[in-house]
Amino acid sequence: MPNLHLAVALDGAGWHPSAWREPDARPQDLFTARYWIDLVAEAEAGKLDFVTIEDSLGLQTDDPAQVQGRLDAVLIASRVAPVTRHIGLVPTATVTHTEPFHISKAIATLDYVSKGRAGWRVQLSARPQEAAHFGRRDVDIETPAAIQDLFDEAADYVEAVRRLWDSWEDDAEIRDAATGRFIDRDKVHYINFEGRFFTVKGPSITPRPPQGQPVVTALGHAEIPYKFAARSADVAYVTPADADNARQIVGQVDLKHVFGDLVVFLEPTSPGFTVEPFSSDATVFSGTPAQLADLLLEWQAAGLSGFRLRPGRLPADLRGITRGLVPELQARGVFRTEYEASTLRGLLGLERPANRYAEGARVA
Amino acid sequence: MPKQIHLAAHFPGVNNTTVWSDPAAGSHIEFDSFVKLAQTAERAKFDFFFLAEGLRLREQGGQIYDLDVVGRPDTFTVLAALAAVTTRLGLAGTINSTFNEPYEVARQFASLDHLSDGRAAWNVVTSWDAFTGENFRRGGFLAEGDRYTRATQFLKTAKELFDSWPDDAIAADQDSGVFLRDPRAGAFRHTDQHFDISGRFNVPRSPQGRPVILQAGDSDAGREFAAATADAIFSRHGTLEDGQKFYADVKGRLAKYGREHNELLVLPAATFVLGDTDTDAQEKARIVRRQQVSGATAIKFLEQLWNRDLSAYDPDGPLPDIDPDVSDQHIARGRASVRLHRDPIEVANEWRDRATAEKLSIRELIIEVTGRQNFIGSATTVADALNELVQQDASDGFILVPHVTPGGLDEFADTVVPLLQERGVFRTDYEGPTLRDHLGLAVPGRPR
Repeated sequence: MPNLHLAVALDGAGWHPSAWREPDARPQDLFTARYWIDLVAEAEAGKLDFVTIEDSLGLQTDDPAQVQGRLDAVLIASRVAPVTRHIGLVPTATVTHTEPFHISKAIATLDYVSKGRAGWRVQLSARPQEAAHFGRRDVDIETPAAIQDLFDEAADYVEAVRRLWDSWEDDAEIRDAATGRFIDRDKVHYINFEGRFFTVKGPSITPRPPQGQPVVTALGHAEIPYKFAARSADVAYVTPADADNARQIVGQVDLKHVFGDLVVFLEPTSPGFTVEPFSSDATVFSGTPAQLADLLLEWQAAGLSGFRLRPGRLPADLRGITRGLVPELQARGVFRTEYEASTLRGLLGLERPANRYAEGARVA
Repeated sequence: MPKQIHLAAHFPGVNNTTVWSDPAAGSHIEFDSFVKLAQTAERAKFDFFFLAEGLRLREQGGQIYDLDVVGRPDTFTVLAALAAVTTRLGLAGTINSTFNEPYEVARQFASLDHLSDGRAAWNVVTSWDAFTGENFRRGGFLAEGDRYTRATQFLKTAKELFDSWPDDAIAADQDSGVFLRDPRAGAFRHTDQHFDISGRFNVPRSPQGRPVILQAGDSDAGREFAAATADAIFSRHGTLEDGQKFYADVKGRLAKYGREHNELLVLPAATFVLGDTDTDAQEKARIVRRQQVSGATAIKFLEQLWNRDLSAYDPDGPLPDIDPDVSDQHIARGRASVRLHRDPIEVANEWRDRATAEKLSIRELIIEVTGRQNFIGSATTVADALNELVQQDASDGFILVPHVTPGGLDEFADTVVPLLQERGVFRTDYEGPTLRDHLGLAVPGRPR
């Protein structure tokens, strides 16, 4: 069996609503660079493929007993990039109320500052509160057609972003002193994206990023998002209930990388802490690293290429992953002991793609 | 104590000031170039690092303009990464108020301020053109006359969002289980002709309260906007007389907004060429000007005034006899400077007269009429000239624009800064951690 891939999903103090009250939690530090650097450094010490960073264009909850507020995930990733070397950085960014032109250059730039480690978790927003923060449109998800529209718009958005990433050929910058030309403008392309929802002319103001195409990822729980992920993403996150369910979902998502999402609580837990009544869209695992390794391998055999683990409590369950699960998987010979590549695409075994606008690619 | 000088480092831009053909010139995109310039600025105790922005590649004659540097990274993303490799330097970014929305921009600046421990600054620019709009969902939706009303409302709205969390909103009390002391933290509602938004902002109040606000407009509306709302104004008036006039004008507008003289800093952009002697510097400056204005660049500049294809003209020959085309459709798109030309026919006549009188070719004329370096001389001469302008109230400091990326500030940092420090007009170390500390600006209170 090939090595499995492992990512962690970082969100506030962890995915459990009471995580911030744990003894080693740092609820006063959630809005500092140091907090995020420490978490990502821990994940990197565990040789994980990448971290995702959750985000949204509104508050998580109205409950004053839970964590509220968050920093922009792209900027957290960028802040962390210069102080890490190997791990992929995959911030969440919402497409529904934002501009493809801005997101495209932001993720491209994250790829530059991280020297080829950028990804993007595409997120849609159907929350009326978030729409009211922008005041430009209502978001309707009352009918299947409206939901389909929201995903079709997201697919157009990703297509526009991907074209913008390719809008400069790799060798467009020529610095030809003899003619005084800085670029060969025949290698910088208008993307002329025209869809049902918007148009974007291009080219990007930012040259093609180091990976060519940073890694696009998306979470889905049903047929419409599965199709969106298969069409637009490089990695899909799915939420199987068990191995059979994983097998069935993998059959629906035609992608090289389908990752299973799991919320994890690893023993030992602190006195008085109970996982219940917590529930999630993803299966909640509670147990030992060895038990988790068994489960991951069973699900991998069902067709998943990797996992995105959501630590229930930070930093406790992140450490449980890096210091408990990872050595367990390494001992079983199914997880890397050293980073084998310097880019996120490299870690995921994805080739650097040809540019769709380059001469050779157009013929093909 | 003499008036203290403020200094900022402008990352070289996408115009002909930047000499990309210099053998020492590095990448304008690779992060290492940004690190190098920012760390030089911080070593020299500069107030802040400055990034410009343009949201569409420039065109001339229907083609992408290829003679200058082309391409830039994303402003926010670079600044957040620079926060990792600097500890005190302010991080200023240009962000457009036309093709963005307040909620998103406010959370990006508040996030940058948190992630840099209080070093964020926002240069608020406006644009209205349909040309840039083609890259955005709304297209060219804004009429030119509305750009400052949108900018004003945008900034007002953003300030409401920055102020929407009380300083002590977060309790994070593990014993009692109260995370948020104020359950309505972040609540806002804003309605005007441009924005109708409400809800809750999702970034707690940042170390500086709000980022430092810079503004660069030079029109009457732009100056008024700055006097009403900005902490610093980025001007182009770098000479003594012109600078003093501008300085007096914008400072004179503060009183009506209930603001003090020192609540708005005037920081002109400035270029420089240093040499071992003044003569040496003059010779270097002459060479740099010829690098900045190649024959091909001279023709393109001439086309911007003439508004015609002049590619058949010899840059080493005389100016065209034909007059400029004064129709609305302009040959150059995506640059602000083309609109600065007053009556093009009058300017063309002036240029022709001067070229005839001084026997100048097209290229020689363009070298003369487009921006000469502001400061040319030995380190002592430049330090004296800079200081003179500040002490004479032509400015409060300068945003220095090196012409070589990324090493173009090294010599200034090594030779001019120590002289300013000796004269007691520039800090020898940072006094506080935040950009507001460097600029002598208070943390704004929250209105209640």
